[in-house]
Amino acid sequence: MNPAAASPVFAVAHLSKSFGGLKVNHDVSIAMAPGERLALIGPNGAGKTTFVNLVTGRIRPSAGTVRLGDEDITRLGAVARVRRGLVRTFQVTRLFPDMTPEEHVVMAILQRQGRATRILARFHGAGAAADEAADILATLGLTEVARRKVVEIAYGQQRLLEIAIAMAQRPKVLLLDEPAAGVPSTDTPLIERALERLPASLAVLMIEHDMDLVFRFARRVTVLAAGELIFQGLPADVARDDRVREAYLGSYAHAGR
Amino acid sequence: MAQASAPMAAATPARDLGRDLAGLALILAAGLAGYWLFPDNLSFLTRLISVALLVLSLDLIVGYCGIASLGQAALYGAGAYAAGIACLNGVTEPFLLILIGAAAGAVTGLLMGTVMLRAHGLPQLVLSIAIVQLLHEAANKAAWLTGGSDGLAGMVPAPLFGLFEFDLWGRAAYLFGLGLLVAVFVALKLLVRSPFGMVCRGLKEDPLRVSALGISAFPVLLRMFVISGAVAGMGGALGAISTQVVGLDSVSFELSANALVMLVLGGLGNLYGALIGTVVFMAVEHVVAAIDPFHWMTLVGALLIAIVLFAPRGLSGTLDEAARILARRPRRAGP
Repeated sequence: MNPAAASPVFAVAHLSKSFGGLKVNHDVSIAMAPGERLALIGPNGAGKTTFVNLVTGRIRPSAGTVRLGDEDITRLGAVARVRRGLVRTFQVTRLFPDMTPEEHVVMAILQRQGRATRILARFHGAGAAADEAADILATLGLTEVARRKVVEIAYGQQRLLEIAIAMAQRPKVLLLDEPAAGVPSTDTPLIERALERLPASLAVLMIEHDMDLVFRFARRVTVLAAGELIFQGLPADVARDDRVREAYLGSYAHAGR
Repeated sequence: MAQASAPMAAATPARDLGRDLAGLALILAAGLAGYWLFPDNLSFLTRLISVALLVLSLDLIVGYCGIASLGQAALYGAGAYAAGIACLNGVTEPFLLILIGAAAGAVTGLLMGTVMLRAHGLPQLVLSIAIVQLLHEAANKAAWLTGGSDGLAGMVPAPLFGLFEFDLWGRAAYLFGLGLLVAVFVALKLLVRSPFGMVCRGLKEDPLRVSALGISAFPVLLRMFVISGAVAGMGGALGAISTQVVGLDSVSFELSANALVMLVLGGLGNLYGALIGTVVFMAVEHVVAAIDPFHWMTLVGALLIAIVLFAPRGLSGTLDEAARILARRPRRAGP
């Protein structure tokens, strides 16, 4: 049923989380092959944020496993997961306000090379890392602002910087948490173009509200509603699915009240 | 691609280096000016340098890592007592005494960091106070080692380079201290510009982003505590060598709090602020306390309120801002 099942680079199996009696995530299973472009969608309150926190190691699951390649990473902390190649971006940008985009990307590169916390070295003298950072920033059209403080650049550019940092980390699996959230609609094409340029072999899981973006980006869609997966399949089929419609209409009906 | 940003690329590191060299020259010039202008106050000026090292060490923790501490004198006092005890037991070489102070401060920093980094925010601040109070009490009780409330006295360090006595006028001690301060300042400037220093700044600005980069905060912060401890310990050792006494006040909450006041006064997170704050605070204390020993704190309090209200980035931040405004005018011709 699932094309990724053969040799998944990333697999979540029967993942559950309850807060007290409330099942926020229940028996969620997802498998992703290298190069996959999967979107996880769902109405507000479906448990998407909890899912992200479970997968990235911010909170511990009540049951189920998370595997990265051959390794079971369920018990690993957030930092250890990143080091093994499971990288995320943030729904609301998490950047260093007083640092430049270049400094962010250089730090990510140095960390990838195991040199990020060296004392007897110069941060701004790291030649090869600076060149690589310049390339990445150029790919995303951030060269102009590479040396401005993050607080001085536009929000759309900050979102692109989140993607640039992720690219510098060279992940195996990338989790994009609403990569276009808060960006003015005139700038969303910039984000889309950046996403199109992600390495072909990278497995990308996008958590997103914006259905237009999902349809353009994802080759497979999975729908989370009330903590459970209710649909996995092609983007073209998702709107025709009765349970999906019910879940979304239900939430819209609640929202309208 | 690298060329595209080259014009701006050339500017930043070079300008930083120029500024650092100018800053260093300024510190040296001010230090030597002090030597010529106030020959009768050299022991006070040496104490000022000793405290400046303490405030610099606090800037590493507060200004670069964003961890508030009201117990920094624990590290300073550890260095002072270690150097004092060593000196009384026959280790009189001044450079060695500084190293002993640094080592004692570093070890205390390791312990203090291990405890403090378990907590965050207000509990962390309370832990720092608890640690300095505990050490204060320990130094008070262990009178056989520390002299208790009488403190240690009668240390006679060997002459500097075997030539210059640590005499009553304190010329050798002052120049020794000034050399130490400059060396430490250069080392710390390199430290904060290292990848490690940048990660510390990152941890101050957004720890969650740092962990998403795959960097663990704890070992980084603990190393900074050790480094900070070494710097504070050197300050303590310098104080012990120059005054030739070590008292309980060197490991007190009051000194810790004063150090934080000096740092806020001068400005956090650029190392210059630590020096400026120390000089202003101690100069005011020295001059005003001589005139009116009961109300000098009132003036410092008023000064601090004025700084917090009108120049929240401290004296150094305000100077920086003024320099930037002045520098911007002619450059506005460009794009």
